[in-house]
Amino acid sequence: MAAPIQRRSLWGEAFLLLLIGLFCVFPFYWMVTTSLKTQVVALESPPVWWFTPTLANYREVLFVDKVGPALINSVIVAVCTTALAVGLGTPAAYALARFEFRGKTDLWFWFITNRFVSPVVLAFPVFLISRELGLRDTHLALILMYLTFTLPIVIWICTDQFRSIPHELDEAALLEGASQWRIFRSICLPLAMPGVAVSSILSFIFSWNELLFAYILAPKAAKTAPAMAVTFMEGYDVPYGKIMATSTLIVVPVLIFALLASRHLVRGLTMGAVK
Amino acid sequence: MSFRVPRRTIAAFLGPAVAALAIVGIVPLLYAVWKSLHYFNLTKIAQQRFVGLDNYGAVLTDPVFWQAMGRTALLFAIAVPVQIALGLVIALVLHRPGLSFGKTLTRLSLVLPMATTYAVVGLLAQVMLNQKYGVINQMLGWVGIDAINFIGDPTNAFIAVVLWDIWQWTPFVALVLLAGLSTVPPEIEEAAKLETRSNWTVLRHVQLPFLIPSLVAVLILRTADTLKLFDMPFTMTRGGPGSATEFIAVLIERVGNRQFDIGMAAAQSIIMLAITIILARLYIRLFYREVR
Repeated sequence: MAAPIQRRSLWGEAFLLLLIGLFCVFPFYWMVTTSLKTQVVALESPPVWWFTPTLANYREVLFVDKVGPALINSVIVAVCTTALAVGLGTPAAYALARFEFRGKTDLWFWFITNRFVSPVVLAFPVFLISRELGLRDTHLALILMYLTFTLPIVIWICTDQFRSIPHELDEAALLEGASQWRIFRSICLPLAMPGVAVSSILSFIFSWNELLFAYILAPKAAKTAPAMAVTFMEGYDVPYGKIMATSTLIVVPVLIFALLASRHLVRGLTMGAVK
Repeated sequence: MSFRVPRRTIAAFLGPAVAALAIVGIVPLLYAVWKSLHYFNLTKIAQQRFVGLDNYGAVLTDPVFWQAMGRTALLFAIAVPVQIALGLVIALVLHRPGLSFGKTLTRLSLVLPMATTYAVVGLLAQVMLNQKYGVINQMLGWVGIDAINFIGDPTNAFIAVVLWDIWQWTPFVALVLLAGLSTVPPEIEEAAKLETRSNWTVLRHVQLPFLIPSLVAVLILRTADTLKLFDMPFTMTRGGPGSATEFIAVLIERVGNRQFDIGMAAAQSIIMLAITIILARLYIRLFYREVR
């Protein structure tokens, strides 16, 4: 009696899983196929599912429409801000995990609250300041501003990682006469590499995806890829294939990184609210 | 156990990070507060002057600001319950034993929407929801529904943003709740399943208490992110048609970046920040009391 019911519910479950998967993946399928259509095919009504694919859109956006340089800007900004966040954040995380001092909880709380501050609050004052300092439309302005979210991510994930390293190791080193800096550099940091890797991937993803700071602070020379994609929407004749080719170029790297860090992405987005 | 170390060592480890975050996080915030006390329009720099709390008075009595707030609240009130309901169903399916390969694949696909560049999500909506060329309208046609003008009509554009928000964030809610479900001790869950055949009873009396921290996290984060929501509606509709999808962050961007009224935008953003903080504290007080 029980077996057929179980089997049927298993099929139902498999169908449900398929449905959930399709729900998540279908827009990406449509994005990629549209990017392979010519404008004529893209403007068929109703839309066509089978057509001869072409790479013309990619050629055009990369070499004519300057999406290539924008992608390079995005890489420069995301890599530099991630490196800076790791450089500044790992010692801070080590201190939060290992040292005892007054105001530790408050400091910790301040790091984490940055997750809740909307970039639109900071964007205009930073726009004015960067204009004064001659930093407008430079990579540096974006690299620094992205620290508002990359640094808390690195600090949060690495603190957790440092806490999980057994104390016996550093106590032994301390008895040998090693300084705290030496213990951090030579013992704890190498052991915390998984946490460093995860937080680097997450801060790369979040910097890569950022639009508002990029849109307001870097209108030309330092323009990043998402800000570039926005400009295609201006004007009457919307070039669907080109927009989707640009979108694919932007999204593919983050999706690869997201899959690599899939188990930690939720942790990163919740900033400690969920383990 | 933690080490007691000289203050100088602590400062050396923490100093650079604290200084950096203060420079990029706090200095602009203080500058925003200072500018919010001025009349400051980029096109009329000469007329810059100190106006005290006038900007705040103007924002608090400005129907446009409160309409944008109301729209943001409405988006939250419609999208988040749907995300929690769908997310809970997905989490419960994934939490059941069996079909582990299929479940691993599904979990991987759930990671994709939340990692996708938010600006691209809005562009995708443009392409997929187009009245004539959009695939969603084609699918609606298959089940006998006439093509809908999603982007051009105020009400439909709002619905489209809600649907797209549900697409992007339901997987996130599902994975957070799935993490919550895994905190239920297996012995307790097994015992409950032997006692009753009703999944609902198990959910209500055994699993739900363990899900409360996850649900609070979802509410706090979705509130903060809805107040931040800019990229997706901006690339999808630019806040239009009219002001149908002008959520609070889009409004502030328009006032500051397209009307150049930076004093006013600063006042709006400070008020928005205050609202975010009040709501986060309120949630924590409301929900965590129940758990304690």
